[in-house]
Amino acid sequence: MSEIKMTVNGKPVGGDVADNMLLVEFIRETLRLTGTHVGCDTSQCGACVVHVDGKAVKSCTMLAAAADGAEVTTIEGVANGGLHPMQKAFNDNHGLQCGFCTPGMIMSGIDMVNRYKAEGKTLDEAAIRHELEGNICRCTGYHNIVKSISQAAGEM
Amino acid sequence: MSQGIGAAVKRKEDKRFTTGKGKYTDDIRMENQAYAAFVRSPHAHARVNNMDTSAAEAMDGVIAILNGAELTGDGIGNIICGWAITSKDGSPMNMGAWSALATEKTRYVGDAVAIVIAETNAQARAAAEAVEIDYEELPVAASLAAALADGAPQIHENAPGNIVYDWEIGENDATEAALADAAHITEMDITNNRLSPNPMEPRSAVAIYDDAEDHYTLYTTSQNPHVARLVLSAFYNVAPEHKLRVIAPDVGGGFGSKIYIYPEEIACLWASMKTNRSVKWTSDRTEAFLTDAHGRDHVTKARMGFDQDGRIVGFKVSTKANFGAYMSLFSSAVPTYLYATLLSGTYNIPNIYCEVLGVYTNTVPVDAYRGAGRPEASYLVERMIETAARELGKDPADLRNINFIREFPHQTPVIMNYDSGDFEGNMRQAMVAADWAGFGARKAESAMRGKLRGIGMSCYIEACGIAPSAAVGSLGAGVGLWESAEVRMNPVGTIEVLTGSHSHGQGHETTFAQVVADRFGVPIDTVQIVHGDTDKVQFGMGTYGSRSGPVGMSAIVKALDKLEVKIRKLAAHLLEASEADIVIEDGQVKVDGTNKVLAWHEVGLAAYTGHNLPEGMEPGLKEGAFYDPLNFTFPMGCFICEVEVDPQTGKTEILKFVASDDFGTIINPMIVEGQVHGGIAQGVGQAMLEEVRYSEDGQQLSASYMDYAMPRADDLPDFDVLHHSTPCTTNPLGMKGCGEAGAIGTPPAVINAITDAIGNNDLSMPATPAKVWAALNSAKVAAE
Repeated sequence: MSEIKMTVNGKPVGGDVADNMLLVEFIRETLRLTGTHVGCDTSQCGACVVHVDGKAVKSCTMLAAAADGAEVTTIEGVANGGLHPMQKAFNDNHGLQCGFCTPGMIMSGIDMVNRYKAEGKTLDEAAIRHELEGNICRCTGYHNIVKSISQAAGEM
Repeated sequence: MSQGIGAAVKRKEDKRFTTGKGKYTDDIRMENQAYAAFVRSPHAHARVNNMDTSAAEAMDGVIAILNGAELTGDGIGNIICGWAITSKDGSPMNMGAWSALATEKTRYVGDAVAIVIAETNAQARAAAEAVEIDYEELPVAASLAAALADGAPQIHENAPGNIVYDWEIGENDATEAALADAAHITEMDITNNRLSPNPMEPRSAVAIYDDAEDHYTLYTTSQNPHVARLVLSAFYNVAPEHKLRVIAPDVGGGFGSKIYIYPEEIACLWASMKTNRSVKWTSDRTEAFLTDAHGRDHVTKARMGFDQDGRIVGFKVSTKANFGAYMSLFSSAVPTYLYATLLSGTYNIPNIYCEVLGVYTNTVPVDAYRGAGRPEASYLVERMIETAARELGKDPADLRNINFIREFPHQTPVIMNYDSGDFEGNMRQAMVAADWAGFGARKAESAMRGKLRGIGMSCYIEACGIAPSAAVGSLGAGVGLWESAEVRMNPVGTIEVLTGSHSHGQGHETTFAQVVADRFGVPIDTVQIVHGDTDKVQFGMGTYGSRSGPVGMSAIVKALDKLEVKIRKLAAHLLEASEADIVIEDGQVKVDGTNKVLAWHEVGLAAYTGHNLPEGMEPGLKEGAFYDPLNFTFPMGCFICEVEVDPQTGKTEILKFVASDDFGTIINPMIVEGQVHGGIAQGVGQAMLEEVRYSEDGQQLSASYMDYAMPRADDLPDFDVLHHSTPCTTNPLGMKGCGEAGAIGTPPAVINAITDAIGNNDLSMPATPAKVWAALNSAKVAAE
């Protein structure tokens, strides 16, 4: 067991966790923030993407203990009331159907827009499609997800 | 802006999904929650000689380990197949027994033999690993060829030669005679690759037993919770229907795989009673590959004959269909009534004969996956006609055009009666959008860069709106396939629609509300759609086969009709007018040509106070309806795909994809186009990326996302989705259904494009770079 402390969506949290507990389990089962999803066992699908210290991380690839001291943001914490422009863009462009991959898509979308802006690069459609390598959606064919991220990139 | 029929209204349900507030089954945690893990066979075919659970039972947190003998001992019934198919010789199908927990034998890798209940998920999984089973391995038949070979291992005692049925449809003699007189015959061997549906949410169940009431509740990832309750009650003897509530909350995609009632749900319900604990199980992705019903897996030989003018004179098809180790709920209908009945395609074909051999193998059960039989039919017909055009030296659009059905209703030789469509109109629209005429110049430009460009089309048709109950009953279906709806108008004027359809991505909370908004002019925010709970909705057949529009919404329309009659009668009484003069619009009830008006809530309040009702009218505003379709519906369309192949590597890129569909009336074009996008992506997945593969000894080689190629964003282009609608003539809204079209029409368009590029028709799905490269080079060798 390890004692950990971290900030999740701006709130200090902590406790004793098993050494093999994944960050996603800590988020879903200990904190009961169930917007972060698990869609595979091999870190391919991206349904579990959260932000750790400002970077997109698949929370199924990180131990909870390894996030000790980190600032974590989940889908529940991306907007301060209202909707984040990325959340709004997914609604505007029908960028979701069943909604299961959506939290991970939104977290990856925010991360890619932030990175491209910081590096002064253009996030065009080809770049969005390339960046979505680690997020799988089975419903939308990605067409409207690409449009959603593109719209949000112009608004963020 | 209008919120009625035809408006691209943004989805009402999105807010909870985009903010992480969706409630999926795995998000539910009960007080005193226990967790289940399954002990699964590592062998594809083995006798279970002995099971030693002593070490596992001693492990931390273990509550119980239960096996198949105890399950059957408690009277839990075997898993059923709901559609009886009769063989050519009149004999019933040979169905082997399928227990939720295998007793004497396991028949595929993943077949469950025991359920472990523990305090935590990790403890349950650890204990499942520690159960020691003495397996006696048996010879394995993991493919159609192996199961049909001489001396093949017998998978079920009562299915000699592993044959479930040997079925036929159409006229063999007439078809053979037509082929004998044909001026040209195109002959092909076609394989339809085996797929795993892969909704992103893995299956999950939370089973809750209340010993005080002897009552069960099951939260589950289901497309049809009422069918689940029916089967769990009537056949699996878990509990009678009034003692079992099934709730399918937010469900993260289905694509067919969440129609069926699987061993895990049965075992969790039973285990919750045995342990008096709430029992939760959530599949991981590998478990999903090992246990979710797979799709497709056909091997077909076909001959299509043409006369001197290019008119099709006969079509003979012989198909072998792999059912896996057990017959899943609708599996028997997929390669028969959902497949062979569509072999006329969009064409006048006077003579059709099809025979289908259904075969057991030591693999995961195979059942309906998005399209279910219709993608297999469409792939076959559209590859045959494209290949025929190439052999005959005819333009593929021209060959299709001279064979298109143009008069409706049209009776095919294989049961279906098409009601409507404009097949040429759709094809022409797609050809214009794809700039078919300019292809030659683009091909030349690609050639200058050393690339091979190809173009291909498919003019698919499918059958949705499943289905007229009496008709499917006469063909062997065990259930009626109507849908139900109830419309309740509250005293304040808000409306609740209770539907037996289930939304797991299709946006029913929005589109169904649009139908109400269209009828009464009320805002969609005042309409609530209730679904997915057997305690709230009386009954329903669920969502699959693109039926929620043509069947589910037709039931809502019928209930709205009844509600409107009562509202008119009540308003005429209150406004002292004739019913014929009552107009309902913009959420108000008016007397035509006067300034007499009732606000919407005034109608509701009057109905519920009951102070001033017409003679004999009951208080309240609540109406229900069951809608049984008159016919199947027939969505159709033309898809055109343009690809570029790198001859050095065989890598294929889709440059353009155009879909022009006829879905009849469209409620919300944004949502309909989203359905098409997703269907095309799954079709491209089948055509170029996806395949479940087994080793000879029955190990699944593609049981993770490291091994099974799911379509990613950069595998796909933007899609050009168009509509060319003719209303369906057999349901009130004129709807045909749109959920499966993309997956049905896409694979042949993609493969027709790639084979056009490489100049070799002998290419199977998935068309991986290695296969494309080999097909390209074998064509070159043959030419030299």
